[in-house]
Amino acid sequence: MNRVKVDEEEYWHSSKCKAFTFDDEDDELSQLKESKRAVNSLRDIVDDDDDLEKFSWSGEPVGSISWSIKETASTSNTPEGSDLGLQKGSSSIASFPKQASSYSLSSFFKGRNKHGSFQSLSDALTDTGFKNYAPELRRPKSEYKDYDSVWSPKETVRRLQSGKVCSLERFHSLQEKLLLLDEAVAGHDGNVIMAVLIFLKRTLKKEVLFHELELRQVALRHLIHFLKDTGDQKLLLDLFRFLDRMEEVALTQYREHLAIQDAEKRKEFLKGCIGLPFSSEDSALVQDHYTLLERQIIIEANDKHLEAAAQTEIFRKHPRKASILNMPLVTTLFYSCFYHYAEAEGTFSSPANLKKTFKISDKQYVLTALAARAKLRAWHDVDALFTTKNWLGYTKKKAPIGFHRVVEILQRNNAPVQVLQDYVRLVEDVETKLNFAMKYKCHDVVIDTYKDLKDRLQLMAYRCKVDRGSPAEEKIDSILNNPQIRWKN
Amino acid sequence: MAAHLSSGRVNLTTLREAGRRELREFLDKCAGSKAIVWDEYLTGPFGLIAQYSLLKEHEVEKMFTLKPGRLPPADVKNIIFFVRPRLELMDIIADNVLSEDRIRSPQRDFHILFVPRRSLLCEQRLKDQGILGAFIHREEYSLDLIPFDGDLLSMESESAFKECYLENDQTSLYHAAKGLMTLQALYGTIPQIFGKGECARHVANMMIRMKREFSGSQNPVFPVFDTLLLLDRNVDSMTPLATQLTYEGLIDEIYGIQNTYVKLPPEKFAPKKQGEGGKDLPTEPKKLQLNSAEELYAEIRDKNFNAVGSVLSKRAKIISAAFEERHHAKTVGEIKQFVSQLPHMQAARSSLANHTSIAELIKDITTSEDFFDNLTVEQEFMSGVDTDKVNSYVEDCIAQKHPLIKILRLVCLQSVCNSGLKQKVLDYYKREILQTYGYEHILTLNNLEKAGLLKPQTSGRNNYPTIRKTLRLWMDDVNEQNPHDISYVYSGYAPLSVRLAQLLARPGWRSIEEVLKMLPGPHFEERQQLPTGLQKKRQHGENKVTLVFFLGGVTYAEIAALRFLSQMEDGGTEYVIAATKLINGTSWMKSLMEKLEPPPF
Repeated sequence: MNRVKVDEEEYWHSSKCKAFTFDDEDDELSQLKESKRAVNSLRDIVDDDDDLEKFSWSGEPVGSISWSIKETASTSNTPEGSDLGLQKGSSSIASFPKQASSYSLSSFFKGRNKHGSFQSLSDALTDTGFKNYAPELRRPKSEYKDYDSVWSPKETVRRLQSGKVCSLERFHSLQEKLLLLDEAVAGHDGNVIMAVLIFLKRTLKKEVLFHELELRQVALRHLIHFLKDTGDQKLLLDLFRFLDRMEEVALTQYREHLAIQDAEKRKEFLKGCIGLPFSSEDSALVQDHYTLLERQIIIEANDKHLEAAAQTEIFRKHPRKASILNMPLVTTLFYSCFYHYAEAEGTFSSPANLKKTFKISDKQYVLTALAARAKLRAWHDVDALFTTKNWLGYTKKKAPIGFHRVVEILQRNNAPVQVLQDYVRLVEDVETKLNFAMKYKCHDVVIDTYKDLKDRLQLMAYRCKVDRGSPAEEKIDSILNNPQIRWKN
Repeated sequence: MAAHLSSGRVNLTTLREAGRRELREFLDKCAGSKAIVWDEYLTGPFGLIAQYSLLKEHEVEKMFTLKPGRLPPADVKNIIFFVRPRLELMDIIADNVLSEDRIRSPQRDFHILFVPRRSLLCEQRLKDQGILGAFIHREEYSLDLIPFDGDLLSMESESAFKECYLENDQTSLYHAAKGLMTLQALYGTIPQIFGKGECARHVANMMIRMKREFSGSQNPVFPVFDTLLLLDRNVDSMTPLATQLTYEGLIDEIYGIQNTYVKLPPEKFAPKKQGEGGKDLPTEPKKLQLNSAEELYAEIRDKNFNAVGSVLSKRAKIISAAFEERHHAKTVGEIKQFVSQLPHMQAARSSLANHTSIAELIKDITTSEDFFDNLTVEQEFMSGVDTDKVNSYVEDCIAQKHPLIKILRLVCLQSVCNSGLKQKVLDYYKREILQTYGYEHILTLNNLEKAGLLKPQTSGRNNYPTIRKTLRLWMDDVNEQNPHDISYVYSGYAPLSVRLAQLLARPGWRSIEEVLKMLPGPHFEERQQLPTGLQKKRQHGENKVTLVFFLGGVTYAEIAALRFLSQMEDGGTEYVIAATKLINGTSWMKSLMEKLEPPPF
């Protein structure tokens, strides 16, 4: 404790912490205010704000694309706005001579097929499928001639890269296909690699493909990404199994639960996930996930019923805002502390049961229970939460989270001063305690603390802050008049 | 509108102009009136290339956002879809096309423009939906590197980091290499390439290979860049996790800057005129563009936030004085001169007003207790304090259910600063997180482990202290007002990535071989032959130009640090920055989190 304090002390004085404090001597705030003032005073001189916009860089520029979408979409005729855009545009063109560059991006690398826009890489893969959806778009037979040309794998890849049509179907043997794949990988163009992979996926046996890909990691990763993207879960799992990447198998399968909306089905699915080859840590967590949802389903059914029956006071007074299904564990614990606090450990919905089943830490438990009970203004429960009895039967207050946190939470829930001051009194750090006590007007705590500190001057100063004739004033007076106290000042 | 792009050492207007030209070429291919249906994500990046006016000149009459259902009516000949190559978008397009009323509405031509690359997968998808044949033009628009500012380029590829480091899919690296080839075509071959990391190695390989393949087809251009430095994001995964403390960095951390625009809560921007008494508060967020075209912003964007206030107040005095001048203007000529300056002064005033408001908004947050506590813990981790045990602040944050991303940033930062967490500590954090936020986050935690951000300490050795000391990543004597070292951008922490760039320029990486070996991936150097006659003869005292390319994203604080190095008097090197994406810790974490809603197909 002491060491921490020293550290803290050092900390506050070390330079790195000044990083974000605003120096008093050079008060930033006053500077900001000053410039604000100046700005505001100028408004009197310069009157029209709207006028200003045209010069200023601020606001959404008239004629920007997102602005124009709104404009052109909302009116059916040529909108006035676009005229503005035009104006603006002509000025921008005027200021930027076109001769700045005579290049166009596409002209550098692409041997683009000028009239070949119909032809895509995919046409090249399965030219026969073409007629299925658009027979009128079939090219005359003569145009297919290109396909018959015997391109080497290397040439084929290069043609694909530059967006030209090139049939892959002529690569029959496994060896040729692999050569093609290797060339594609060497070209680094993900699009072409995919083209070849899809071709291989279609024309090779799964096992053969997997085996070859195992030797070609780059291509393998592209395929995995593709399968993830397209949601081809089955093939993806097969592939991971083949590669013996069991953790990936487990995670991929687990991921699927996100798509299941129905709680019961999701639960069953998670149950199936428990046996999957997760790492040992994850395995315990997935088990917890399942158990939690299982509990939530039971609690939800039960509470829905209770709420509908309108017999239970707590549900009548505080109707549930949402279902508890699929909520995180801590939220569930809060819920349980809110609606099921007094239940015995035996019931699934009791806080104690949740704490035990999921090995929730004391800290987490106390924080959550405190927040829930404070929200209900159940101050008696709050009191019980921190009261421990030792073996002699004496009671003592203890908080695993520190009493300053207790005070914060109580205060956030508008606890009355009588409740608050008991906990303010227990705050360990004297300075924090005094701050809290003054902020929340816990006079007794302030007075007692100054008394303990033997700080007569502060106590006298505080006397001016309390109401005339109040019990607090009387108390201060009696202390100040007590001759037994040896004041330090 | 793009003057700021030519303000830097390298004129990036050329790149923008090339992009505009290609766009015009494509639009002209689809003869007649047109409507564009936009993948909403693209409107931001496109806005940096072209405004509506350019489209309008090429007969674009309507623009819509891509969404399922029937397309809104539009009396145009062509419907063009501008989309990223994503499967889910193909399904929406299919829905649009299939619900066209063929009988009642006149026949319209469909086209697709894929950005930045055509994709076989997507075309296959369209084919499966039976509509591939409906498109007359299917083309790609290689918007790889988009100019954001005079010294800044981004690919705005959200998923690049995830693809590279989680999926090991190098498609975005291919795009990066393509983008670099475009740059070289416009600005000349870059003679020296340095790199650190697996992805850097790949990109360099691809560039060299592409160069071989396209040799001959290139116009001889005098080289503008001297050096290219390729850096893997996972060589320095620490920097984005920490909270940026520059003005621009904080705007991004708090409000998120998208394609140079930021949306701010409107309250502080309400026009306060006398007698109106605060009625009609605007409810729409205030949208501002942030770039170096604005003089004041250019001055303060890269400063530590603590140094911003004094600049603003100085500015205020200058502007006030300028307006006071009007009292001294006696002759007609003087008055005329004053009036002629008014527009400029008004713009300056408006700019000052905006930034004063933004600074106030940010200050409300940076002075909050929680911001301070969070920063304190980050700085403890980065300076190597207590990284090997459970941190009580992190514990508290979990208990109070602070946003999960905040927790993950802190825990990952601790892990990185400790070369992995002790198994016991890691297990504890994992358990607390899953119990509080839901077990399904097992998947996200696994992703973070795979990406190396959150891991158990396997070697039993913590290399971080050595790295920190050798690279001087933690500076105790930081000066935020008048910095003399890049560490000012994080008020003490010098971003590792930028330190590597700095040390490369002087005295060279040979001095830090040992540390380089501790960081992931290979480091390397390549040279590219320049055509004869194009060798650069440097004028005496002329600075070198280095392009630093961050594979996996760059933060505004790192950009600020590089700009700081550019401006150092005896620095000798000026930097241009490129990245797959402009990121901050939050957007980065988000890209690694498992999407928890079911997939749309």
